[in-house]
Amino acid sequence: MSAATTPSTPGADGIFVAPLVVEYPYKRTVGTLLSRFFLSLQEGRLEGTRGSDGRVFFPPAEFDPVTGRALDEWVTLPETGTVTTWAWQSVPQPNQPLEHPFAWALITIDGTEVPMLHAVDAGDIGRIRTGSRVKVRWAAERSGGVRDIACFDLLEEAS
Amino acid sequence: MSEADGIMRLRQPISVTYNWSAGPNATSHLNGLLAGTLIGKRCPSCSLVYFPPRNGVCPKCARVLGDDVVVGPRGTITTFCVVNVPFLGQKIKLPYVAAQILLDGADISMQHLIQECEAGDVRIGMRVEPVWKDRSEWGPSLENIAHFRPTGEPDRDMGVEAGAS
Amino acid sequence: MARRDVAIVATAQRPNQVGSTLTSVELILPVINEVIEKLGIERQKIGFWCHGSCDYMSGQPFSFVAAVDAIGAWPPIIESHVEGDGALALYEAWVKIQTGECDVALVFSNGKTTSGPIDRILNLQADPYMVTPLWPGFDSLSALQARACLDSNVLTEADMAEVAARSYRDALNNPIAYAKENVTAEQLLARPYVTAPLRAHDCGVPVDGANAVVLAAGDAARGLAERPAWIRGIDHRIDTQRLGARSMTESFSTAVAAHKAGVGDDRIDVAELHAPYTHQEILLRRAMNLGEGTHINPSGGALVSNPAMAAGLARFAEAAESVFSGSADRVLAHCTSGPMLQQNLVCVMEGE
Repeated sequence: MSAATTPSTPGADGIFVAPLVVEYPYKRTVGTLLSRFFLSLQEGRLEGTRGSDGRVFFPPAEFDPVTGRALDEWVTLPETGTVTTWAWQSVPQPNQPLEHPFAWALITIDGTEVPMLHAVDAGDIGRIRTGSRVKVRWAAERSGGVRDIACFDLLEEAS
Repeated sequence: MSEADGIMRLRQPISVTYNWSAGPNATSHLNGLLAGTLIGKRCPSCSLVYFPPRNGVCPKCARVLGDDVVVGPRGTITTFCVVNVPFLGQKIKLPYVAAQILLDGADISMQHLIQECEAGDVRIGMRVEPVWKDRSEWGPSLENIAHFRPTGEPDRDMGVEAGAS
Repeated sequence: MARRDVAIVATAQRPNQVGSTLTSVELILPVINEVIEKLGIERQKIGFWCHGSCDYMSGQPFSFVAAVDAIGAWPPIIESHVEGDGALALYEAWVKIQTGECDVALVFSNGKTTSGPIDRILNLQADPYMVTPLWPGFDSLSALQARACLDSNVLTEADMAEVAARSYRDALNNPIAYAKENVTAEQLLARPYVTAPLRAHDCGVPVDGANAVVLAAGDAARGLAERPAWIRGIDHRIDTQRLGARSMTESFSTAVAAHKAGVGDDRIDVAELHAPYTHQEILLRRAMNLGEGTHINPSGGALVSNPAMAAGLARFAEAAESVFSGSADRVLAHCTSGPMLQQNLVCVMEGE
């Protein structure tokens, strides 16, 4: 951790206030199962794990929610999914997936049951709805992580 | 990022910017540092003088500290250690001495650096005085004092008081 | 083991404000001293101190250690800290009293939300691999939950605005509330979205606040308060951390906690619900089956002043005060933690 303050001068009320920047350069060790998962993202593949009841988890569950046993059956998934709920980020904040207005969405990847959080580059709030079909847009440079998925794009709706 | 053991390490730098307030009870202390004066505060209940005035409260009595008290600039070493271990972000040449210094007129010691003498000569009871940086480098900070150095006065007998404060 | 009867006997809250220049210790000290003065007891009578706060909000690891300066911890005291809302610290203090190790406990919490980017800071408690790197923030996560509720006809935007209008109007009678306005739901619906489907009024206002509550057991409680608020049931439950695996339209953890706390055993006069978003109040009311006879958040609730990490304990203080004053006999206090109602603590209190 590092912390830095800049010397300040007192405000109108005489009280000293200064910017304080706190930084934690974390490097997380993710374990064997998630290592494979993040490597697959780096290679441009969606991979999930199958639970004892047949459900497929994406992102993969490390342990079976029913039996608690370590999961090791991998399933390669398509790059498409369905929006189950969404919200509109009209003013993007620092470090978020897109720098222009976009939708947050819970997205159920085809072949799975539990949705994941990501961003959808819908362009306009009027273009997205619950049920919209979306497809992965891969990041140009990938390093193993959820940001290897840059965002999701809307698929053209069949009328 | 994958390493030789096949386990991924995710780099996840986190940075948060705050607007840090020193609080109203620190104002006179910080203004004092800007003027080259060491100002502590006295607890209205137990009369102890705190330098620096911590969070503006007496942690023994849970009272907001009261009157400003000019302390020091000279003081006495109550305890010290010789630092020989390098660590990230270290700015001072090894070995150096970090000491608790009880400024004259204060009841609670503060930590600072001892320089201008051999580490082996530093002792409990040694009298020291601040060496200020050039005024152009001053801010509202104890870093205005580059370090403390021995005054050459006779040692003070700290007795059982040493380390008690 | 038979449960000890434990009650809230006194509370103190500082007025909620924005942009406070006080340090955390300076925020806390007055409420601790106020609640002790109200009781007129010696500090040494307090057998246990428990603090709720979040270091990330202070920007200082182990900031809670500095907070001990506000206690007057001499001679040494028995103290604990919860990295979370003060209501969770109250739960720990209640357990401590149950062990028989003390009879009187003081619980306090502080939340200084306006000295840093609070939405970004709270995001740090999300899944560090799949969620935090996207930096969604609580407003956008809550907006996903609200949309799911709207899409499944659990509630409407008008229902949400009605919650806000009632809260803003009730806050007019609460001297420590921050946001207050004589406004109608219709007027609020005419205002723009912030993070659609949420408008500004749907999101609790981040403020700086601090509060303290004293718990006491049996005869100690009877000696300290004219009408103690006796804790009849208290329970804390958590839903899965995995955002997509949780129901967006029901709060199961609240329903279980409410059942365990005995909410449904009798009528509830006043319910202070920690709902930082309008739709969450509706989900909580549904999960606990709170009907027309229950006055929800007469204080204005966390919508009008949301000092994160102190807003839950504030609900306990408000609910207990309504018992002290005699305006209510059976009350409910609730605290939530985490995004989208992840954790829920429910407590039922009664006057005698």
